[in-house]
Amino acid sequence: MKPPRFAYYDPDTVAEAVELKARFETDAVVLAGGQSLVPMLATRLAKPDALLDINRISSLQQLEVGPTHVEFGALVRQYQLETDPLVARNVPLLAAVTHYIGHVENRHRGTVGGSLAHADSAAELPTAAVTLDAEMVIEGPAGRRVEAARDFFAGWMTSTIAPDELLVAVRFPITPADAGWGFVEVARREGDFALAAAAAQLRLDEAGRVSEIAIGLASISDRPLRATEVEAQLLGQLPTADAVAVAARAIEEQVTASDDMHATHSYRRHLAATVTQRAVLEAVGRAQEGNRS
Amino acid sequence: MTIQTQGGVDPTLQRTITARVNGRDVSGVVDTRTTLADWLRDELDLVSVHLGCEHGVCGCCTILLDGQSVRACLMLAAQVNGRDVETVESLSSDQTKLHPIQEAFQEEHGLQCGFCTPAMVLRTKEILADGRERTDEEVRQDISGILCRCTGYQNIINSVQCAARKLRAGSPAPIAAGTGTGGSSDQNPGA
Ligand code: FES
Ligand code: FES
Repeated sequence: MKPPRFAYYDPDTVAEAVELKARFETDAVVLAGGQSLVPMLATRLAKPDALLDINRISSLQQLEVGPTHVEFGALVRQYQLETDPLVARNVPLLAAVTHYIGHVENRHRGTVGGSLAHADSAAELPTAAVTLDAEMVIEGPAGRRVEAARDFFAGWMTSTIAPDELLVAVRFPITPADAGWGFVEVARREGDFALAAAAAQLRLDEAGRVSEIAIGLASISDRPLRATEVEAQLLGQLPTADAVAVAARAIEEQVTASDDMHATHSYRRHLAATVTQRAVLEAVGRAQEGNRS
Repeated sequence: MTIQTQGGVDPTLQRTITARVNGRDVSGVVDTRTTLADWLRDELDLVSVHLGCEHGVCGCCTILLDGQSVRACLMLAAQVNGRDVETVESLSSDQTKLHPIQEAFQEEHGLQCGFCTPAMVLRTKEILADGRERTDEEVRQDISGILCRCTGYQNIINSVQCAARKLRAGSPAPIAAGTGTGGSSDQNPGA
């Protein structure tokens, strides 16, 4: 259970890191918080020629609140998302989901960019990114490009980051003051991977009907998914408990995860509908409270 | 990029690092693939850093890095260059005079085999630093990143609460030893 031998690089700048990525291509892996990568090294699931430790790059550690978005440098620690009042105030759903990532010892090291680039469909941050229409900022030899979260996750543990590119930041839209949000996760134990989780954010119009809605699901497919059918069914409707329960069932068709040691396919279908229903109701409750006050 | 070439040694394979460990500046030459846990145990003889799983699951290797709990098996030694590392050895320099947290674990029988104990004690130190009162349920959450295969956790929770009372009272003397869940609103301890 020791990491294999690798060539260790700890660049000071993004430009140097990108240069190294271009040099090693698929033979290099990027070390951010290390909470997923180091176990993969220890178990030899990963045997890279080169390890690019980006922890010294100070420009990746900034958190900036802009007029419409909050931009998180790839190296912002998950613990900061969870505890920084700026995050809770501007993107409350993001702060809430972060608490569910592993244990606090992991979140002290784990980073925003690391979790997104790892692209685990069971993970909270990718799910939040898809739900909130975050944008990934990716740098390569040709410069920077921006990609929508929904296009960024490309399959099982796969993103669209090219071998010579580095994820440098992620931008989350600032949550409107009247929006309600909810997050519900089912896992075997505190800190375990989600068997299923749902994030929801919505707004209500004057009449109490759903005027905007976004729902994202973790752990039901090879990547985090938007519950497009559930969203479509609820848009323009009064989100009563019954209406939400009925609409939530539509997520079952999107569950493609097959039986594994943790859950059968049919149990996951059941869970997906349950967490969707609960997350939406939580969001409705918050939106109604917000509209009253 | 820091490339210190030392006598022809390839800096991608070996580094000289200096870290503050338990209040002392320590330097050493490490292979870049050496984990922090292995460096602390094998080179610095800080064997309180227990390795249960070596891949981030058990939490027994927890140390404090710049005051924050982290899993030492998930970091490379090379990454603590210039940082502050604390292991449980720092709590008491005198073997006969325990730290109040250690006393609390002893009095409340917060350990059996002791494998998880250094991690539990350090995590207790970290969470109690804010001086806030916690319910048993909060303590349970706070220590959930560290597995204990012996105690069933209840006595660890009692130990944390006892340590909190000792630290608040500023006294290492036994306080309500054996009474368990002081300051708790948990109606159903151990459930
Ligand atoms: S040995 Fe580090 S978490 Fe188990
Ligand atoms: S006392 Fe044995 S593992 Fe906790």
